[in-house]
Amino acid sequence: MMHRKVVLRVVSKFLIPPILLFALYVQFHGDFGPGGGFQAGIIFGAGFILYAILFGVETVKKVLPPWATRLLLVVGVLTYGLTGVVGLVLGGNYLDYNVLAHTPLDGQHYGILIVELGVGITVAASMITIFNVFAGHRGRN
Amino acid sequence: MLIMGAIALAIARIRDLFAVSMLSGIFSLTGAAIYVVLDAVDVAFTEAAVGAGISTVLMLGTLALTTRQEKLGGGKAKSTAAFLVVTLTGAVLVYGTFDMPRYGDKIAPIHHHVAPRYLGKSAEEVGMPNVVTSVLASYRSFDTLGEVFVIFTAATGVLAIMGRAARRRREDEEADDNNSPAQENAS
Repeated sequence: MMHRKVVLRVVSKFLIPPILLFALYVQFHGDFGPGGGFQAGIIFGAGFILYAILFGVETVKKVLPPWATRLLLVVGVLTYGLTGVVGLVLGGNYLDYNVLAHTPLDGQHYGILIVELGVGITVAASMITIFNVFAGHRGRN
Repeated sequence: MLIMGAIALAIARIRDLFAVSMLSGIFSLTGAAIYVVLDAVDVAFTEAAVGAGISTVLMLGTLALTTRQEKLGGGKAKSTAAFLVVTLTGAVLVYGTFDMPRYGDKIAPIHHHVAPRYLGKSAEEVGMPNVVTSVLASYRSFDTLGEVFVIFTAATGVLAIMGRAARRRREDEEADDNNSPAQENAS
């Protein structure tokens, strides 16, 4: 595998933590600057994909087993969908964030934060899943 | 725009699919640069991450599974027909843009429907400094929910089509492993 390519190994080990950190920054700073759940999810997934390209899909599966990515996929969608249901339960419309907190502005803030988190989780999980399935497939030989 | 045109021509001419997927990544990156010029930073961000990053990686993954060289099929008549169809579609699309208002035109319909409310009231109704986020996640949260479902469906579709094949093969390998200990796990 890639164990002999020192440059790639060292550079990737330097790069992957900042990539994941940047993804989290984009995720939670989306209210103030450019970015949001979609971009953050892609960047987070890209960190794992870079690791998978360099060290093999099997190594990534030790960190993030397939059942975990599949679970996260569902958790992300449900986070989004259930936020809407919570709005319904609290007396608003579906996906109405105004009722989530005492003041409408706070409610909007929480709602957007949670919903974007759901988007990010779904996107990251689906990118990792798709890549793992593609790369773990060895073709018809 | 000229660079994008040149890249598109190159993509159409080159038969080596590895180069083609790299070029399409560059195409997306150029598109992202254009979005930055147009002040659409969020869109540029997405284009750079999705178009230039992930889809290039996925295309390379597909190439690793299939083949690197494009198969030349069809004769001259077929490619002439394809060229005609593409040219016609392009001409229709360009004709359609003639009716669009000029870029930055302040009487364009898009600036008079819901945009003034989003831009003017977003601060008091949603309280987000980034209007793009408040439109995406609050005003248009149903659309975004739909997008999330699209991505979810894509992942489940890939799993349903290719994940099952992978699992079946793994079971085969395990059956083989029981007969003869392979180096599969050691490497």
